[in-house]
Amino acid sequence: MINVSKLKKGIIIDHIEAGHGFEIYKELHLNDIDDVVVLLKNIPSKKMKQKDLIKIETDLQIDMTVLGLIDPNVTINFVKNGELCKKISLTLPKVVNGIMTCKNPRCITQYEDVKDIRFYLVNEEKKQYRCEYCDAYTTFIDEE
Amino acid sequence: MLKGRHLIEPGDFQLDEIESIMQLADNIIADPEGYSLVCKGKLLASLFYEPSTRTRFSFEAAMLRLGGEIIGFDDPNNSSVSKGESLGDTIRTIECYSDIAVIRHPREGTARLVSKFANEMPIINAGDGGHEHPTQTLTDLLTIRKFKGGCDNHVVGVCGDLLFGRTIHSLVKTLSRYQGVKFVFISPKELKMPAHILHQLDPKTYTETTSLDEVIGNLDILYMSRVQRERFVSEEEYLRLKNYYILDKKKMKSAKEEMIVMHPLPRVNEIATEVDEDPRAVYFAQAKYGMYVRMALIAKLLGVEDKK
Repeated sequence: MINVSKLKKGIIIDHIEAGHGFEIYKELHLNDIDDVVVLLKNIPSKKMKQKDLIKIETDLQIDMTVLGLIDPNVTINFVKNGELCKKISLTLPKVVNGIMTCKNPRCITQYEDVKDIRFYLVNEEKKQYRCEYCDAYTTFIDEE
Repeated sequence: MLKGRHLIEPGDFQLDEIESIMQLADNIIADPEGYSLVCKGKLLASLFYEPSTRTRFSFEAAMLRLGGEIIGFDDPNNSSVSKGESLGDTIRTIECYSDIAVIRHPREGTARLVSKFANEMPIINAGDGGHEHPTQTLTDLLTIRKFKGGCDNHVVGVCGDLLFGRTIHSLVKTLSRYQGVKFVFISPKELKMPAHILHQLDPKTYTETTSLDEVIGNLDILYMSRVQRERFVSEEEYLRLKNYYILDKKKMKSAKEEMIVMHPLPRVNEIATEVDEDPRAVYFAQAKYGMYVRMALIAKLLGVEDKK
């Protein structure tokens, strides 16, 4: 088992479904920040059998919306002075603005430069959202 | 108050607002002369990015019969679109000249998008791909009202291309807001009603079948639709499905005496011409009501209906 030292300040994104860690890493643009970031994948877990985990030593604010879209079951732990100061569980956002794109090939947003497309949650179980323009259902990430 | 509003989908209007349009349409039908100048000095922009005969003509006839004038195009190659202009810029420019705009476009969601660029000019969606066609819905509601006395408590058979049929999507969503309406969706399995429409309905209010013969005797209204060639990527698939349902005299014998047959037109093969003489075939009257209901809509959105 690889050991990563305890975080003094920053964010631990825990209980990520195995395989979703890199997706979250990309969507949070963690490659672009100068702080220390650790992505651990396929960690043995009693509850989940396997999970991914991300530690970010940073003071940055993170937009939780995108995390909820990729994996609403993750927990986010905020660490200050080496102690856990806040813990958040995520849910799927009811409305998503400017993050998702419509996958309907006949939607006008595929042809015109449309900013901040709004999507409304319609099916929590399938993580489906409705496009404000064409009403087609879409998901943020393609489920297997 | 409908003045200055957009009509992108029927859900944009409350039922009492739709009722007010129907009442105005009734008044116009009763006294067309009385409304022949209410839009004098007003301009309608008619923006047709794909071919249309019926819808475009009925909008243009509606505006002319209200005393207004029309500018626009029916071939985007003759507009700045061919120079690569964005829809937003097109609408902002047209708003400088026009009081109201009607748009038809092959891409879904176009009318909603352009409505965000129009500050004061009402936008009417005249069809956006396979998505919505709300003025056809108003036409259908007026027809049902005229022939069946109202829109409540009917069993409505919807037959044909339920997947791409935008007129059907708009109509079903709207009729589901009335009391006691039940639907029978009749289609080949490849052209079934899409999930996003079914999810908006109470499952107890609809059934699905592939057989028109089995259900025609239960219907108060049969709404036929064309399998649209332009919605298919594969010509082979279109040819296989286009003649799936053909309503003829023989089938009409199984229908109720008071059932009405509706169709948004144009038809291809789905209703045999021998059915036209049947008094239950109301699709040509439906086309005429389309003009009157569009007159009522334009007058309402421009707030000129009291200028009679």
